[in-house]
Amino acid sequence: MDGIHDLGGKQGHGPVVHPEDEPVFGSEWERSVLTMFPAMALAGAFNIDQFRHGMEQIPAAEYLTSRYYEHWMHSMVHHGTQAGIFDPDELERRTQHYLAHPEEGAPKASKPELVETLKQLIPTGMDARREADIAPAYRVGDRVRVRPDASTTHTRRAGYVRGHVGEITHAHGTYVYPDSSAAGLGDDPQHLYTVRFDAADIWGDEPGAANTVLHIDLWEPYLTTP
Amino acid sequence: MTSTHEKIQPVEGLAKHSDEELAARAKAMESILVEKGIIGSDAIDYMSSVYENEVGPQLGAQVVAKAWTDPEFKQRLLADATEACKELGFSGMQGEEMTALENTDDVHHLVVCTLCSCYPWPVLGLPPNWYKYPAYRARAVRDPRGVMKEFGLDLPDSVEVRVWDSSAELRYFVLPQRPAGTDGWTEEQLAALVTRDAMIGVGDVRHPEG
Repeated sequence: MDGIHDLGGKQGHGPVVHPEDEPVFGSEWERSVLTMFPAMALAGAFNIDQFRHGMEQIPAAEYLTSRYYEHWMHSMVHHGTQAGIFDPDELERRTQHYLAHPEEGAPKASKPELVETLKQLIPTGMDARREADIAPAYRVGDRVRVRPDASTTHTRRAGYVRGHVGEITHAHGTYVYPDSSAAGLGDDPQHLYTVRFDAADIWGDEPGAANTVLHIDLWEPYLTTP
Repeated sequence: MTSTHEKIQPVEGLAKHSDEELAARAKAMESILVEKGIIGSDAIDYMSSVYENEVGPQLGAQVVAKAWTDPEFKQRLLADATEACKELGFSGMQGEEMTALENTDDVHHLVVCTLCSCYPWPVLGLPPNWYKYPAYRARAVRDPRGVMKEFGLDLPDSVEVRVWDSSAELRYFVLPQRPAGTDGWTEEQLAALVTRDAMIGVGDVRHPEG
């Protein structure tokens, strides 16, 4: 979708504020939200593409002014409600309760089988490669144009490369196609390529992008011949 | 949301919901997930401690230092970073397939995720806030030289900048150049020079004193 999240090349966001030393977690509650990601994914509330799509649906002004794990909570509530895990009224009631009683923590409970799953999952991950018997339409060295069309659903076809011509530098094979996966249409494996663009073709002669090339990973349905 | 508007406080230049509100919302979610058997406090303690104490940029620094001292490892790293990092025991979530990008005298790499916050967790840990916030995601592809200057890295125009936007489930990190004056240094000494920012590409490694 053509949302606020599609930030590449957008102006007016100011300098990159980068404190020297930052704790891994800015607040205690961020620890919980991090772990809710695999826990809720394993419970079937979302896959990673649906999770990203959920963040893209945050109202634009809020997206820009909210903390990162707040984005996560937004998507978790969105999908968790659809999955029947969260009831919005109950969630609001409990939120007000904890707001009135900040010293009170969430109830403690152990779930050793989730700990065991995480011990296995964190060092192995969730591979997005999917073997599929489809011939690739393009090869390394081919010139391709990114489809310029608008988008109303989840896509990784970033706005700043749409309509531009680049060269395929890597052909990776077939992977879960986010546009289909986010829509609940299954893995729908598609060929994935790394495409290189000359920054000057996109930004002109801006000094910040002088002598610069941009690489982005794009799935075959995003591409067409120049 | 409008009822809480007066409670929004600017933090690090961004207007936000208060930390108290966010903590309350997270506790409310956690309490429901606990009751439904979806999460446990032991799992929260376990996962957060992994990324707080075990998996962080110190692992990437070990990879870089080994590549600086072991030419055969460096070859394997550049050919298949996922497999090379596995040799050191570094692998997994948000780094299922990783690529190492070698800086040279003529080429400098920079990693970003313009659409969300994709980052090579197994070697760099969880991303810093600035990597996830709008300014970096917007500017890394359009003003990479300006961004690097803000981090103290002023590249000559003759050095080609190669930006990598992590839009798929492939993860990228930079193999910086070994600084001069480090002949005979051990991997441990060298690893201490390797910064997170250098492996993202926004900054330089530390240089030996003198």
